[in-house]
Amino acid sequence: MANIEFEQELTFPVEKKKLTFKQKLRRDKWLYLLLIPGIIYFALFKYLPMWGILMAFQDYSPFLGFWASDWVGFTHFQNFFSNPDFFRLLRNTLILAVYDIIFFFPVPIILSLLINEVRMALFKRTVQTLVYIPHFMSWVIIASISYVFLTTSGGIINDIIAHFTGETVSFLSHPDWFRPMIIGQVIWKEVGWGTVIFLAALANVSSEQYEAAIVDGAGRFRRVWHVTLPALRSTIVILLILRLGNFLDQGFQQIYLMTNSLNREVADVFDTYVYFMGITQGAFSYSTAVGLFKAVVGIILIYGANWFAKKMGQEGLF
Amino acid sequence: MSNINKMHNTTPGRIFDVCNHLLLIVLGLVTFLPFVYVMAGSFATEAEIARRSFFIFPETFSLEAYRYIFSTSTFVRSIGVSVFVTVVGTLVSLALTMTMAYPLSRKNLVGRNLLLNLIIFSMVFSGGMVPTYIVVRSLGLLDSLWALILPMAINPFYLIIVKTFFQNLPVELEEAAKIDGCTEIGVFWRIVLPLSKPVIATFTLFYAVFYWNDFFNALLYISDSSKWPVQLLLQQLMMVANVDFGDMDALLAEPPEESLKLAVIVVATLPILVFYPFLQKHFAKGVMLGSVKG
Repeated sequence: MANIEFEQELTFPVEKKKLTFKQKLRRDKWLYLLLIPGIIYFALFKYLPMWGILMAFQDYSPFLGFWASDWVGFTHFQNFFSNPDFFRLLRNTLILAVYDIIFFFPVPIILSLLINEVRMALFKRTVQTLVYIPHFMSWVIIASISYVFLTTSGGIINDIIAHFTGETVSFLSHPDWFRPMIIGQVIWKEVGWGTVIFLAALANVSSEQYEAAIVDGAGRFRRVWHVTLPALRSTIVILLILRLGNFLDQGFQQIYLMTNSLNREVADVFDTYVYFMGITQGAFSYSTAVGLFKAVVGIILIYGANWFAKKMGQEGLF
Repeated sequence: MSNINKMHNTTPGRIFDVCNHLLLIVLGLVTFLPFVYVMAGSFATEAEIARRSFFIFPETFSLEAYRYIFSTSTFVRSIGVSVFVTVVGTLVSLALTMTMAYPLSRKNLVGRNLLLNLIIFSMVFSGGMVPTYIVVRSLGLLDSLWALILPMAINPFYLIIVKTFFQNLPVELEEAAKIDGCTEIGVFWRIVLPLSKPVIATFTLFYAVFYWNDFFNALLYISDSSKWPVQLLLQQLMMVANVDFGDMDALLAEPPEESLKLAVIVVATLPILVFYPFLQKHFAKGVMLGSVKG
């Protein structure tokens, strides 16, 4: 993760004498020229939409435009919070987020511990090469492959289940299977990639620490417990903070792709709801209000998690 | 190290090693075999796919599915769209990221901290899907391929990483060039960029993978199906099931449905698999670059 510090000191020894503000601007005129395209990008596609959030307090109509639309205050928020959809979305989002932390988060850690125990370099590299692949595939590909394998008509998984039980399981459409399927996909796609950062942290553990532990009579599992895991602690904390900060972000693409009319009840999360209400149904102001609610909760969560990590004596994210 | 090896040679240690290796082999196969089956199925006949639910080699090798999809203009056009968006998008993204990162790497630039803070704020908080959609629409970009490129042109994470990289280049080279009469842009073009080849290679791959895989922006901004990238076409094919291939080839009365889907998956995956060796090398490096404090 990029940790950003802003250094203040001047580094160019050539420029010893103090320059006035204007002189500095003139000195760097070419640099400012280079900055212009990037600034335009951020202004147009990042900051203009932020200003557009004001729509959430309007009855935005595409025909009237932003300036002529009526202001309605918090009406959209009140409508959203009193809508039964709100609790359904909150519930679905929170359950998926909790599942993700319980069932996905530890898996890359365990896998990197297992890979770290392999001493045959070639074997290690081959396993890593294979398990990283799905990370680079789009969610459309992952979803398509899931369809091919999970379908009740001729998918291998259901053929195996049918072979033993004589019945098929409709993974793709049954609401009960939606959450396990989502988490399963995330594990399949991201577990390998998740190990990269842990393995890098493990590569920094000096072999002297292990030798010292051996001299002290530590067996293999005690070495993992007392040397390897502590080496991963700060990485785990940082990734957990990031995960908590994105607690309400269940990947839009994945969920959108796996949603159908049969499992919609458990599948809808804030992001897909914003899409359906805003883009397909044209309720721009209402869906902006929903999006704003989610973004504000997200900010609170990430700063909260960071504060908590620092309180617990860990190095935070910022 | 010899001590460690000795410890591993106990009986429980060996049992663990064997189980561990077996488990990792199974995991490797579980991630890889689905791709193998998709590939094999795309070269098989409809009858075989219907009969066997998993195989690694097709009994009868058939190119029917590929012949079919490449004979439809819908599919060929979608490949064209994806290639265009990937190539042009990557160039635009690289140009914007590099030109913005360079001035930001100069610590004495007036306004630098303000800009960096604004960039970082945009990583934590965003206007969201609908306001961004409205902006793209007001710019007249709906149903334009530029809508697949411009709204995501700079990834702020990459920008910060490149900025950090530039910051760590030796200052002396740039000063020497300036004394020789180079302008800042000359320094950037002749000194900084040639020194940054590995970073440029890394981020070329980062951006190219993003653009090739992107389906979200197409879903949001492109409703004209003749401008769909291959990812959106595949999604429609798999999940909506009825894609109008329009000018169906008269050669085939009945399109090979299942193998056709598999063939589209293969084509949508292939560029990633082909470039995968480079990806693995550079992406891992990119993750490490990102962890450098800047």
